[in-house]
Amino acid sequence: MAEGLDRDDVVVLLGTPTEDASRLYAMTVTSGDPSWAGALAGVALELPVYHVTEDAVRAEIAPEDYDEHLALMTMAMDVDAIAGAVRGVREKTV
Amino acid sequence: MLKGKKVIALGERDGIQGGAIAACARAAGAEVVLEKTYCFV
Repeated sequence: MAEGLDRDDVVVLLGTPTEDASRLYAMTVTSGDPSWAGALAGVALELPVYHVTEDAVRAEIAPEDYDEHLALMTMAMDVDAIAGAVRGVREKTV
Repeated sequence: MLKGKKVIALGERDGIQGGAIAACARAAGAEVVLEKTYCFV
């Protein structure tokens, strides 16, 4: 499906709970599945990927929406480490 | 960054679910083209 979309018009948003899971998901939609276990092994989609808690994303979400849908779960996450992991993957590929 | 974009929302049951990501993306002006919530239990 992703191959049929214009890469400049697409954003992948992750809701992964940990740094490692976030890095794995981010790599899967950019350079390909690093575990070589799934259908995206060796498929470099190079899609722009962000975690939904990253500042750049959060800035575009209205505070009431953020509070209703995201705020509770982010309390149990290391959002700084997750943001660093996803940013690291993104900056290698974009 | 989100307004007018096509969003692929990949949630996880133990984190933030796809539906929550999609709701926020839509409210920010994006079109959600895929919404998933994965579970690894």
